[in-house]
Amino acid sequence: MRIALTVLLIGLLATPLVIKRIAAHNKPSVTPAGALSRYGFRFQEVSKAAGIDFHHTSPHLDGKLQHIMPQVASMGAAVSIVDFDRDGWLDIYVTNGGEGSRNALYRNQHDGTFRDVAGEVGLADVNEPGTGASMGAVWGDYDNDGYEDVLLYKWGRPELFHNDGGKHFTRVTEQAGLPAWVNANSAVWFDYDGDGKLDLFIGGYYPEDVDLWHLKSTKIMPESFEYAQNGGRKYLFHNLGDGHFEEVSEKLGIRSRRWTLAAVAADLRGTGHPDLFVANDYGVSELYLNEGGHFREAGRETGIGYAPKSGMSASVGDVFNDGRFGVYVSNISEEGILVQGNNLWMPKSGSTAANPHYENLATSMGVELGGWSFGAQFGDLNNDGFEDLYLTNGNVSLDRNHNYWYDYSKVAGGNKAIISDAANWPPLEGRSLAGYQQKKVFLNDGSGQFKEVAQLVGVTDVYDGRSVVLADLWNRGVLDAVVANQNGPLLVYRNTVSPDNHWIEFALEGSASNRSAIGAQVRVFFNGQQQLQEVSGGSGFCAQNDRTLHFGLGKAAVDRVEVRWPSGKTQTLTAPAIDERHKMVEP
Amino acid sequence: MIREAAHDSPRAAAANGSGQSKRAYGPVAAAGRFFSIENRYLPPIFITLILLVGQVSFGVLESFSRTLLAIGTAVVFELVLTRLVYRKWPVLASAYITGISVGILLRSPEYWPYALTSAIAITSKFAIRWRGRHIWNPSNFAIAAMLLLAPEYVATLSIQWGNTLWPMLVVWVLGLFITWRVKRFHITATYVVSFVALAGVRTLITGHPFLAEVAPITGPMYQLYIFFMITDPKTTVKSKQGQILVAFLVAVAEMGFRLAQNVDAPYFALTVVGPIAMAIDIWRSPRTAEKAKVAEHA
Repeated sequence: MRIALTVLLIGLLATPLVIKRIAAHNKPSVTPAGALSRYGFRFQEVSKAAGIDFHHTSPHLDGKLQHIMPQVASMGAAVSIVDFDRDGWLDIYVTNGGEGSRNALYRNQHDGTFRDVAGEVGLADVNEPGTGASMGAVWGDYDNDGYEDVLLYKWGRPELFHNDGGKHFTRVTEQAGLPAWVNANSAVWFDYDGDGKLDLFIGGYYPEDVDLWHLKSTKIMPESFEYAQNGGRKYLFHNLGDGHFEEVSEKLGIRSRRWTLAAVAADLRGTGHPDLFVANDYGVSELYLNEGGHFREAGRETGIGYAPKSGMSASVGDVFNDGRFGVYVSNISEEGILVQGNNLWMPKSGSTAANPHYENLATSMGVELGGWSFGAQFGDLNNDGFEDLYLTNGNVSLDRNHNYWYDYSKVAGGNKAIISDAANWPPLEGRSLAGYQQKKVFLNDGSGQFKEVAQLVGVTDVYDGRSVVLADLWNRGVLDAVVANQNGPLLVYRNTVSPDNHWIEFALEGSASNRSAIGAQVRVFFNGQQQLQEVSGGSGFCAQNDRTLHFGLGKAAVDRVEVRWPSGKTQTLTAPAIDERHKMVEP
Repeated sequence: MIREAAHDSPRAAAANGSGQSKRAYGPVAAAGRFFSIENRYLPPIFITLILLVGQVSFGVLESFSRTLLAIGTAVVFELVLTRLVYRKWPVLASAYITGISVGILLRSPEYWPYALTSAIAITSKFAIRWRGRHIWNPSNFAIAAMLLLAPEYVATLSIQWGNTLWPMLVVWVLGLFITWRVKRFHITATYVVSFVALAGVRTLITGHPFLAEVAPITGPMYQLYIFFMITDPKTTVKSKQGQILVAFLVAVAEMGFRLAQNVDAPYFALTVVGPIAMAIDIWRSPRTAEKAKVAEHA
């Protein structure tokens, strides 16, 4: 009997090794050259060839944080996509962080290259000492004049710039009534009350009374690793239509002080009103249900606000092609240390608009482990008709041979009197913390499973990725990827997609609705399925995709397309032409 | 590993001189019996209470389903192996605590590690024995094994349960009460004092703030560890002086792991020191071990 028990124990102990061996055996092996035929696409990093030479620098904060500076000043590399001059070609706005550093606006030259025009149009010198450091930017036509304006959010003074006909930007921060200082890492444009004017959400990270360059105290850190509620306040600015905004968050039910890192607005329940999903670091996510212009936080009752993690990114996608949105939230996972796993919140069967419930399917669908995850975006990368997922990651890459995990975990598990004081944090001393991580490209096979193929399709960088966007940069009917890296270069991954697969795109312009058409939903019916997408005013981590919606179709043609504008008007297109972009103006 | 075998059986307790020769009656006496060392269900009841408070208040579990899987697996393995090895039906309090310990302390997005860890824990109890006693705290052994063999899939609970005072007070009060009732308070006290003192030593060595070195023990995960794990009677030595020495040595070993920057230092310290201490204890007192074997098989 003892021998049998010993054999059983050895067998059980060997099980993880067997599981790992099986997983390694099942891991796809293909050369990048073969990726096109195997997966239908491949990426090539082309920033230099495209004329882009941008390197992010982090700010240098108060000297009291010197011992943990790389960990604190670890955000701010952000990218957003816009056609700011309405020439029909997409441009790229990139933020920088170092004192006196310049943001860049890469104007599309229509020949495969870009040219930085930020200085010419007035969007470069926005990181002057005393004004804070850029964290991200979101574009939206707040005055409905046809040109996309930009909200630049910072650890510092948020700035609103009005787009003057695609030629220049005028700073209108004071006129708009924005606060003097917000330590924000997220903002989204959305028309929460459906009045045809874009409103604005800004999510605070550090409290707004903290000037990270001039600290009065070192007690600025989260009071808990997973239950912190001592972060920045949230702002909801109602667009009054005369260039002014009224702050209404408290009045409309948004009162959180969690450490917000990402937010995305979308009509998650089919009510016609955009809900607001907020991903928080050091705590649970929050879901603000829009009940006709008033918000009700329903994280717990819907299931998404129960298990606290480290929310870094929030993006929306219809991964089953069943006309329902799921929300992907990235978190932190590190072998043997902290296995939070990312979340893919999908509506449960029986979930209704009045009584929504979500379940986390990240594990079963294979998108849970992504390292120290940051920005993620959904998009059909190989035009096969299913939305894939691009995830960037990596926190602080310094000394490859020494890491800060042990010391980090020491204070992370401590009482709030200890963790909340930066003076108690052990010095980083040049060590990495979740550095040099391989990125993740999760390919949706359409049957509820994602396959991770990043290395195989050419995404091989190991920079500290923060913000990622997917956009058809060269009007080819494919989604390219642009990634902003902390203390690293801006990467442009040009996508090559198998020509066998078809696509269709929709560029929408509102009339009764906000002109940016943010909140418009497009439902494409093809091949016996439907795929739902929504024009977004910001998603992922400190990012905004192009407002043009891109659908891959595989080999199929489109049966019909239903458009629901934010005003509630609907439009139907029957058998529209495929492999082309459709420009639609709200009737 | 959180008091997995609540304590010795009543018969063994009687043999050790701690049993009551006369049974009193009435509500006070009943309460006394409930909160007594003979009540093998006391620790599981309190652990369950703590778990429920933690989960309802802060969602400490990865999920209820994973914890139930861990408990269910432990119970099934305990039933099957006890029937096969001893041909009797077991008291399931021990297996229940093993399962709930795994459910609380293990973190994984997958389901299988919860089942596998519980299975390893229970099986180790039957397979790794010397002179009738198992020498490893079962779930400590299993979790340490998983951390070594499957770090891609598992981590341990290392976070704070919350910032409000009352959940911590609940854990402290319950923990102190239980350790006092089951006569294990000296183990907890020795470990805490040793940890704090050695945190000072680590500060001198590393140059890091003293509060950073003390920080881990202020988290409720550690409170579970010091109240329920290192005090497990089945895997602690018999004499009081020996228990104090072992608690100190666990703290010393943990300092070694901490200086080597191991994030799972307390688990590995107990995994290393616990069986060595048990082996010495068993070797030095074969007759006690034989008595325990008889009591267990009875």
